[in-house]
Amino acid sequence: MPEAVPIEVRGLVKRYGELVAVDDVDLTVEPGDVFGYLGPNGAGKTTSLRMMLGLIRPTAGSVRIFGRDPQLSVKALEGVAGFVEAPSFYPYLSGRENLRLFAAFDGDGAAARIEESLATVGLAERAKDRVGGYSHGMRQRLGIAAALLRRPRLLMLDEPATGLDPGGMRDMRDLIRELSASGMTVLLSSHLLAEVEEVCNRVAIVRTGRVVYQGSLVDLRAQAGEDYVLRTTEDGVARRVAEIQAGVTAVRPRPEGGLTFKAEGEDAVSALSLALTESGALIRELSPRHASLEDLFFSLTEGDERVETRRESGEGGGDPAARAKEAA
Amino acid sequence: MNPGVLTIYRWELRKLRAQKRTYLGLGAAAIVPIIFVVALVTQSGQPNDVAFGRYLHDTGLAVPLVLLLFGSVWMFPLITALVAGDIVAAEDRNDTLKTILTRSVERHQVFAGKALATFTYAILAIAVTGAVALVAGILASGFNSIISLSGTRVSATEGLGLVGLSLLFYLVPILAIASIGLLFSTVFRNSAAAIVGTLMFSLLVQLIGILPGLGGIHPYLLSTQFNAWQGFLRSPVDWTPVIRALWVCAIYAVPALIAAVLVFLRRDVAGD
Repeated sequence: MPEAVPIEVRGLVKRYGELVAVDDVDLTVEPGDVFGYLGPNGAGKTTSLRMMLGLIRPTAGSVRIFGRDPQLSVKALEGVAGFVEAPSFYPYLSGRENLRLFAAFDGDGAAARIEESLATVGLAERAKDRVGGYSHGMRQRLGIAAALLRRPRLLMLDEPATGLDPGGMRDMRDLIRELSASGMTVLLSSHLLAEVEEVCNRVAIVRTGRVVYQGSLVDLRAQAGEDYVLRTTEDGVARRVAEIQAGVTAVRPRPEGGLTFKAEGEDAVSALSLALTESGALIRELSPRHASLEDLFFSLTEGDERVETRRESGEGGGDPAARAKEAA
Repeated sequence: MNPGVLTIYRWELRKLRAQKRTYLGLGAAAIVPIIFVVALVTQSGQPNDVAFGRYLHDTGLAVPLVLLLFGSVWMFPLITALVAGDIVAAEDRNDTLKTILTRSVERHQVFAGKALATFTYAILAIAVTGAVALVAGILASGFNSIISLSGTRVSATEGLGLVGLSLLFYLVPILAIASIGLLFSTVFRNSAAAIVGTLMFSLLVQLIGILPGLGGIHPYLLSTQFNAWQGFLRSPVDWTPVIRALWVCAIYAVPALIAAVLVFLRRDVAGD
């Protein structure tokens, strides 16, 4: 029997009156994925996660977790663990007591994994203290420990790095890598691509409830394309020259001085450098710049001018954003 | 094997044991009879216009009975509501509903565990009041025979049994109050609102009871059922109020519980 797909979401919609929090979302998380669910705050990530966990009812669409519907029974969450928003606990119980309660509610020998889980997240020392006195980072870690009790095959973490200091973030990434290496499928949401790009192989980017990109990070990087940065002695002249140069497009002044442009190939760049010299605009810098994923992420989620042109130009070609849009 | 209602119930009790409000409620249930008896010992008078009030100095058995009468106005409803109104809403306050509902327990099991824990606490509160009132009362006024509402003398031992039976039957309206508290706790998602709401409900029903011209519905008010135990203190036992209390309380409690369950099963567990 082929392994069931960890998460399969089709046409998911959640409406609160007029507000459409989640708008026709399709998602597929394959076994072994470390899947980044990305978008700015308020894009509907948490609402989607809550529907995937059966906590709220979709207005329309379906969720299947390993082939089962979490709306019908909590049995669909067998082998699934995680948290939405900040993990929450009973503040008047100790960390260990909280885990005991969860383990009792899990059954299936979860109680035997309490100490091991506490050790994994480095909380063994503080486990006897009331959670009411825990720092944010400790609660995040206790949330992971609580998830590990279930020995999940699918781990769903909502903004796991939020509020962590750089050291905490690194630990979190290491832990996710470790868990993924042990065969766990992981879905993590974040409003920062940089936070997850090191660990994710696939991502979905959401904006105001809609998926605007879904695919591998490699494809997303390829889509980012190459920009060039140009600084000359005469930027005004250089701009006019570049704008009429064959094979050079999207010439823009940079706020910090100089220009950026796109080139169809290196020959076009060479030709431009010659034309610039002839025009008297002497080159101070002419260098390729890999558009950062972060730029692309912002353009996808903020919807500035750049992404609109991208989408238009992408419709004929294999633009993943356009594909995702069509699919959605 | 997945855990069941019993596991959830045990943990609900454990959670109650770890919370101040539980001790506040049970503490009040214990202290009020003590204060009452201390006042009784230091004062020579007694509340003659209340059933059994005039026997307070003659026998300790009268103490729990008088407290049942006084306590029905607001004390026992408040003690009950303190936990009933909080037990679901607390999960909203701590945002823990999402945590437990993504473990291996179904929503109806969670609700059942909470309802059972609430009832357990309410039963315990009445038991504490009853026990403390009996002990303090007997210490103050002795373990003597008591005059029933029909005017016949009942021996101390038999009286003790009747007091126990009365306390037990007092639980019927108390559990109805607890059910309403559970409903408010589920619907309001806010402890304070649910506790105050439950108390207001209880007081409003009493208010209706004293309105002129509404005497006809008086036997069917929830507040009236708090006196049903007096049927046991007549000879022979007057079963009419006792039987009526059973079904009248069910009419208040069952729909409240059903509504609470439906809301709890269907609600979105979303952060605010």
